[in-house]
Amino acid sequence: MNFLLTSQVPLSWFLVLSAVLFVLGIVGFLIKRNLITVFMSIELMLNAVNLSFVTFACQWHAVKGQIFVFFVMMVAAAEAAVGLAIIIAIFRVRATLAVDRIDLMKL
Amino acid sequence: MHLIVFILFAVFCLAGAVNLLLQTHPINSALSLIVVMTSLAVLYLLLGAEFLAAAQVIVYSGAIMVLFTFVVMLLNAGREERTLGSKAAKRIGFPAVVVILGVLSTLVLHVEGLGNAGPDNPITTTEDLSRVLFHELLLPFEVTSVLILIAILGAVALARKGHGDHEPDNKSAQEGTVAK
Amino acid sequence: MTILEFILWSLLKVAVVTVVMLLGIAYTVLLERKLVGRIQNRWGPNRVGPFGLLQPLVDGAKSFLKEDLVPQGVYKPLYLLAPILSLGCALISISVVPFGEPKIGPKGLDLFSISNVNIGLLVILGVTSMGVYGIALAGWSSNNKYSLLGALRASAQLVSYELALGLSLVGVVMRAGSLNLRVIVEQQSKLGIASWNIFGGFQFVAFFIYLIAAFAETNRSPFDLVEAESELAGGYNIEYSSMKFAMFFMAEYGNMINVGCVATLLFLGGWTSPFGDLISPPQNILAHALFPIMWFVLKVFCFLCLYVWVRGTLPRFRYDQLMNFGWKWLLPIAILNIVATSLWLAYR
Repeated sequence: MNFLLTSQVPLSWFLVLSAVLFVLGIVGFLIKRNLITVFMSIELMLNAVNLSFVTFACQWHAVKGQIFVFFVMMVAAAEAAVGLAIIIAIFRVRATLAVDRIDLMKL
Repeated sequence: MHLIVFILFAVFCLAGAVNLLLQTHPINSALSLIVVMTSLAVLYLLLGAEFLAAAQVIVYSGAIMVLFTFVVMLLNAGREERTLGSKAAKRIGFPAVVVILGVLSTLVLHVEGLGNAGPDNPITTTEDLSRVLFHELLLPFEVTSVLILIAILGAVALARKGHGDHEPDNKSAQEGTVAK
Repeated sequence: MTILEFILWSLLKVAVVTVVMLLGIAYTVLLERKLVGRIQNRWGPNRVGPFGLLQPLVDGAKSFLKEDLVPQGVYKPLYLLAPILSLGCALISISVVPFGEPKIGPKGLDLFSISNVNIGLLVILGVTSMGVYGIALAGWSSNNKYSLLGALRASAQLVSYELALGLSLVGVVMRAGSLNLRVIVEQQSKLGIASWNIFGGFQFVAFFIYLIAAFAETNRSPFDLVEAESELAGGYNIEYSSMKFAMFFMAEYGNMINVGCVATLLFLGGWTSPFGDLISPPQNILAHALFPIMWFVLKVFCFLCLYVWVRGTLPRFRYDQLMNFGWKWLLPIAILNIVATSLWLAYR
């Protein structure tokens, strides 16, 4: 019971988890062939970086780390909105979301 | 308690991220990403960031991912095809990814002086966060609001019908000229 | 207390609150049918028990015994997940709502709320945001044009009115200085009815914005074109039958109760009596503990009656009128309310 109440998690584990999520995001960006899924891998990378920011904010008791996460969230929201609008515009013209068919500017 | 919760939700994060890569239909990938984001919110709670955990659920899982789900449902593009993939990605990308992971993990696990996240850590209250945000960082806050306004205008302008619509193939262009 | 005792007591509280909530949902359905019947100058259900009080039991039995049809072309995992998600989100929000005074029970246990988190209000907003997925996935997985259209319209409506909902609560949070629901209620307990946020805190505009946004969030009249039987051939739940359909139904009434609880806590003074300190609390310890719960339940009941009254009286909005109203009227008025409240608080 005492172990349950007082067990702690080393902060390095959070950083390793953040690194693994970031790397999985890069792998997703490289291997996925659907435009929306590629965009989702970018969001995964942003989330991994948020986790490492919050970890360091906990380490140094600095609130600014968490505020930076706040700003990253806002920028990611704006980017997601504009990116999805671009994807909709592309779909209207090309009628496909497969990355291999959208690789030229010429129709 | 923190250890058990961390292990459970870290497993959810990794399972969701791997599932994102393995699924073929984008709606399944979107749902896996929602699982990842919600588990990350719990991990933020472990690190004492309670407002950020709530913001992660409200903004990321509850708004951005709803946007993704909407677009997947609207466009209905179907399952993705297995193509050959990119050679550059396979030859340079995967080894680089392994190298990045190796370097980051080695650095992190050998650094001295990293603390622990446990029940003794102080929780950052919303008041602390807002005190710094609205006193020292007021300018970035206002600039972010202008950024979001620009993003709204850009999204509406791009996704609106009639914005430089081209005909997707020649057949409809001919029909268009015949109709005129 | 040890962690095991804490977990056991919490499980007991969760079980009691879940049972009370499910009974509340069932009897809210009966309340609506009776009240709408009286508004339309007819009796509601009155055959089954005295005044129709056993009607919910019979309705539940009917839902269980109907044939559970799963159409062939649906995408099964999401089809089965969607009602679970809807009902789950409706039941989870009740866990941060405090019902009564912060009485300390045995061994330091907080008897009248399941969990008292510092960000209670944001938890409720977050769970409401997650409830959108139940509807969206239901429409998508049904593999049906009408379902998909209904689900997309419903999700767009929910997401638009979430903004107005959240912004209308900012005035209350500014006045209380905390997101903790207990602190917000305790701040309204000084003068009885005169210090409730709707009267003494001058948040009546915020209350009406919250009310309208809550009608839209719970897909109720006058914003219920999503489930209007005559408009969309049923909406997002047309491919669901028996218990899964009943779960969507229960989720809607559960959301009504949640919204009522939040409105009571934030605007109507929570568990404090309207007489404030004029009438001294009863000396009997049991009555002292139960009176605040009675006030809370009474206020939520009044709020639910208001809901049903509006449903029986007002006609339905068209979809473009609805979106227009949410974005062009409610959002600016909510922002103006925040500005006005902050100016008042700064120069008080």
